[in-house]
Amino acid sequence: MSDTIIISIIMTVIGASTPILLAALGELVVEKSGVLNLGIEGMMLIGAVVGFAVTLTTGFHLLGIVIAMFASTLSAMLFAYLTLTLTANQVATGLALTIFGIGISSLMGEPYVGKTIEIFSSWFPASLAEHPQLRVIFGYSPLVYVSLALTFGVSYFLKKTRAGLILRAVGESDISAHSIGYSVIGVRYAAVAFGGAMAGLAGCYFSLVLTPLWSEELTAGRGWIALALVVFAAWKPSRLLLGAYLFGAIMTLELHAKAAGFSFIAPELLAAMPYLATIVVLALISLRKSSGLAAPACLAKPFKPST
Amino acid sequence: MTEQTDYRIELNAVTKSFPGVLANDRVSFAIKPGEIHALLGENGAGKSTLVKMIYGIMQPDEGEIRWEGEAIKVANPKAARKLGVGMVFQHFSLFEAMTVLENIALGMDAKISQNLLEDKIREVMDVYGLKLDPHRIVSTLSVGERQRIEIVRALLLNPQLLIMDEPTSVLTPQEVAQLFETLRKLSATGCSILYISHKLHEIKELCDQATILRGGKVVGECDPKQETSKSMAEMMIGGDLKQIEKEVKTEFGEPRFIVDNLSQDGEGDFGVALSDISFTVRAGEIFGIAGVAGNGQNELLMALSGETPSLNAETIKLDGKSVADQTILQRRKHGLCAVPEERNGHAAVVDFSLSDNAILTARDRMNLSNNGMIKHAQARKYTKDVISTFGVKTTGDASPAGSLSGGNLQKFVVGREIMQKPDVLLISQPTWGVDAGAAAAIHQAIVDLADNGSAIIVISQDLDELLAICDEMAVINEGRLSKTLKVGEASVDEIGLLMGGIHGEPSASQDQAENAHAH
Amino acid sequence: MLIELEKRKEPSQAMLYLTPVIAVLATMFVGGILFSLIGHNGFAAVREIFITPLIDTHKWQDLGIKAAPLILIAVGLSIGFRANVWNIGAEGQYIVGGLAGTGIALLTWELEGWWILPLMCIAGVIGGGLYASIPAFLKTKLNVNEILSSLMLTYAAIQLLYYLMRGPWKDPEGFNFPQTRLFNDSQILPEIIPGTIVHLGVPLAFLIAIIAWFVMSKSIFGFQIRVVGSAPAAARYGGFSAKRTIWAAMLIGGGFAGLAGIFEAAGPFQQMVPQFPTGYGFTAIIVAFLGRLHPIGIILGGLVLAVSYVGGEIAQTSLGLPNAAAGIFQAMMLFFLLATDILVKYRLKLNLAKQAGDAS
Repeated sequence: MSDTIIISIIMTVIGASTPILLAALGELVVEKSGVLNLGIEGMMLIGAVVGFAVTLTTGFHLLGIVIAMFASTLSAMLFAYLTLTLTANQVATGLALTIFGIGISSLMGEPYVGKTIEIFSSWFPASLAEHPQLRVIFGYSPLVYVSLALTFGVSYFLKKTRAGLILRAVGESDISAHSIGYSVIGVRYAAVAFGGAMAGLAGCYFSLVLTPLWSEELTAGRGWIALALVVFAAWKPSRLLLGAYLFGAIMTLELHAKAAGFSFIAPELLAAMPYLATIVVLALISLRKSSGLAAPACLAKPFKPST
Repeated sequence: MTEQTDYRIELNAVTKSFPGVLANDRVSFAIKPGEIHALLGENGAGKSTLVKMIYGIMQPDEGEIRWEGEAIKVANPKAARKLGVGMVFQHFSLFEAMTVLENIALGMDAKISQNLLEDKIREVMDVYGLKLDPHRIVSTLSVGERQRIEIVRALLLNPQLLIMDEPTSVLTPQEVAQLFETLRKLSATGCSILYISHKLHEIKELCDQATILRGGKVVGECDPKQETSKSMAEMMIGGDLKQIEKEVKTEFGEPRFIVDNLSQDGEGDFGVALSDISFTVRAGEIFGIAGVAGNGQNELLMALSGETPSLNAETIKLDGKSVADQTILQRRKHGLCAVPEERNGHAAVVDFSLSDNAILTARDRMNLSNNGMIKHAQARKYTKDVISTFGVKTTGDASPAGSLSGGNLQKFVVGREIMQKPDVLLISQPTWGVDAGAAAAIHQAIVDLADNGSAIIVISQDLDELLAICDEMAVINEGRLSKTLKVGEASVDEIGLLMGGIHGEPSASQDQAENAHAH
Repeated sequence: MLIELEKRKEPSQAMLYLTPVIAVLATMFVGGILFSLIGHNGFAAVREIFITPLIDTHKWQDLGIKAAPLILIAVGLSIGFRANVWNIGAEGQYIVGGLAGTGIALLTWELEGWWILPLMCIAGVIGGGLYASIPAFLKTKLNVNEILSSLMLTYAAIQLLYYLMRGPWKDPEGFNFPQTRLFNDSQILPEIIPGTIVHLGVPLAFLIAIIAWFVMSKSIFGFQIRVVGSAPAAARYGGFSAKRTIWAAMLIGGGFAGLAGIFEAAGPFQQMVPQFPTGYGFTAIIVAFLGRLHPIGIILGGLVLAVSYVGGEIAQTSLGLPNAAAGIFQAMMLFFLLATDILVKYRLKLNLAKQAGDAS
């Protein structure tokens, strides 16, 4: 295989991995605080459509991204209000958020179907970004570098900062954290908001970088794969990065197989690969001992302090 | 506002109510600097609510709290800590999957570097003789060690008032002695201590002053050293103590329940493995199993009841039949009933009606189902029988189990099993968190069942309870069971050493009679 | 906050039944405002979506055939949800059930006989059940989260459908359209009301829901499902195996979804097409909650959601409302239901009259 093929494979894998990495980073923080938000897919779609619409209207990618993150955070706050303030079932509320996100994004996106925008591409000079070899380092959308920075940021936050310690404590034992005097609900609201913003960012990656266009259910279940990724990574940001690239490789198999001319494999099977691989991966990691210890102890348990 | 005062903290007519309950009704008392003040009362007397208000977790509806003469409002635990109030919780406020150091850091309000914090921890541990490894994960620690984390956490803030909520309920007698030493050192430095307990002999030993709560009201104040345990108990309970009617038995029937070298692997990350457990219980006998929480009691109960069947059928014999490979349903049909320790969610389903909770365990023995269909009328009838026989206070058989008070639900759960007339009854923590009246009724029912020829195994952390109702007993420590001791002959010291995991030769049994005290 | 919550001593039965009604009414109200805000005639939309299908008697048959699969799937799912088994891949089980029945139809396309249709239905149940047994196996043997596995399998099922339609099962006389041949007369569900499109599957779905109600409320099995869901430790103490319960819940959920699948293929579609997955498996989740996980409630919930589907189509033609509108109303119903759920266990104390739902 020539360099160019290898480079283009690396670049497509990283491209496909980045949105699930972004979304999974958000969900990891949410779950570390003891909340399970199954609405990633819905929030991603809201982010994707808002980001696309704003960018198309204004021509500014960054503005599109900021407003998209705001919109998806708003939808996350709806989830937070229902599950944290009103103690609704987190699983059901997350599903509702996904169904809602699918509906509202296709409603909002209807005028934009078939339109296209300029791709949110590398900020490096073309001599680097389009250099046949160096583009493997410099040729990505700024969001790719952001996702890497955020991986280290989240890792540092959880391991080294006091706020991260408190967040983990809230997810580990809500009752203990409450009796020491931390605001369990407050911490969880913040975490859910972060998760929403990250899902919005991930959605933008779809509509501003990967495609760049809007179509109904653009994210095609990637939000769910992000959820699986958090389990795969055993709630550790560094393993999230590894896992995301592994999943990205599987997801792009279809493309690579086509490029390499493996026509005897049914394209439908290749399209189903990411989903089947997710199941296989989940099964494999559960064989590992003491995986139970990794999950935050209060995950998905409602908390209602008595006053 | 500030007045000259001798007191560190004063409570004036503090009142707090919840829907349907007046938890604290105009409670007043005061504590001097360096004083060890007992807050004495039964479960449900309102002690925990009161200290939660002092520590800022809850707010009083009425009344005032004065700190060194000044009326204050404690908005939250952080504010309490800023004043100089430290607290050691009954149910520890710890984080299992984190290190000791992280747990302590979470209790500090100021940001402090890890190294500095570690130095400070070592300093405090030196002064008060507390041993802890700051880098251990909490889930690997014993209950006593966990309590030390809480104490160190509180001491690091140089408290002026330390609140200890039922600190000894999970400790061995030796650990209790160690704790008292620490507390005395602390009080000598001028720190006031509010010591919450319902254990009278501890209060007599440790405290300078006592305030007695009953039904949310202060019903008495005294110097515990001047009172007898009996007089304080009567104030606490509000009436004469009912003695359990139990004859001292020397003759028992045939062995009904034999456990022979039962071993089992620990389940999951926190489970305790059982190894080589052997004991025999005869007809009419009550066999006690003492031990500090978390030493395999739950695992043992589930292995014996059949919740976790074993592969080797021979290790448990019920009236001569090998049953260790049978499920809980099969064992129940053969006459073995069980009451697990946790009422909520294990012995009973809180959102279910009492009658559904009767179906949960009594459906086979009491004929509450037929060909897979539930006989609702029979279930209601049996439920009503249990309610009336055991004096369960409830609005009826359709009430959700969760609407009952702890004591009443416990009476229902115990009654549900006892009225199935089991040949063998396993019961764990029969009176945990139950008021004295209910506790006495439950003890009497257990004794009566034994008198009718059943064999009974009582697992409890409350040594006094076991000494009061059992004929023989053994101690469980780290999944191993000690040799069997006769209750009249075992000394508290000896049992305490066994609870702490020290299996020495028993000292000659001179000091027997004095330890067979029961109150 | 201006609203204070006060815990009730016992859960309110009245609120248990009232909150779904409140949720539907709130959805109509807030949905109307929402659609007005984004430039549609909101209240006309609400009228067309929620009222017209009920008034227009011609639409009743549509309600029946839309409600039937929703009810059937939701009843199956509700048993799982009660046992805390979160099978959300009913859509995939519905597809595989439909495919399994279609397989029988394609094998027997030259044959006739009364036995073909029952055989197709059995194949549908088995197909859906087998597909659901994958997450059940993964959950009980390897503790793999069933939410993720059942959902991933849905995406895989869609690809399987596409593969069969484009390849092996394509109608040889179908001008290369990716769809199967039409089922013959022995392979389609008979009409039960002449002159309408109401097929035998509709009354069967209602009947199955009623049987499920009887079993869930009167049998030890129903009791087992409830105990395992409410208190796993108590279930073990009561002698109920969690693993067997997971298996039962998954197989029933998958089997019912599979049956709905073949009813749909042998009823309205009368063949298998790539457009077969219409989201019933997901909407049924809303139906299950709206019906309070109670089979009778689910019949009502299924009808409400059927109204929104039929109404959505009406509004699409009469008002030009986008296709997604019905989905938004459906999601809002679930949101409002979850939001008002707290009223069952808590009492509202309003300091100032201000509605909680304004934010959405």
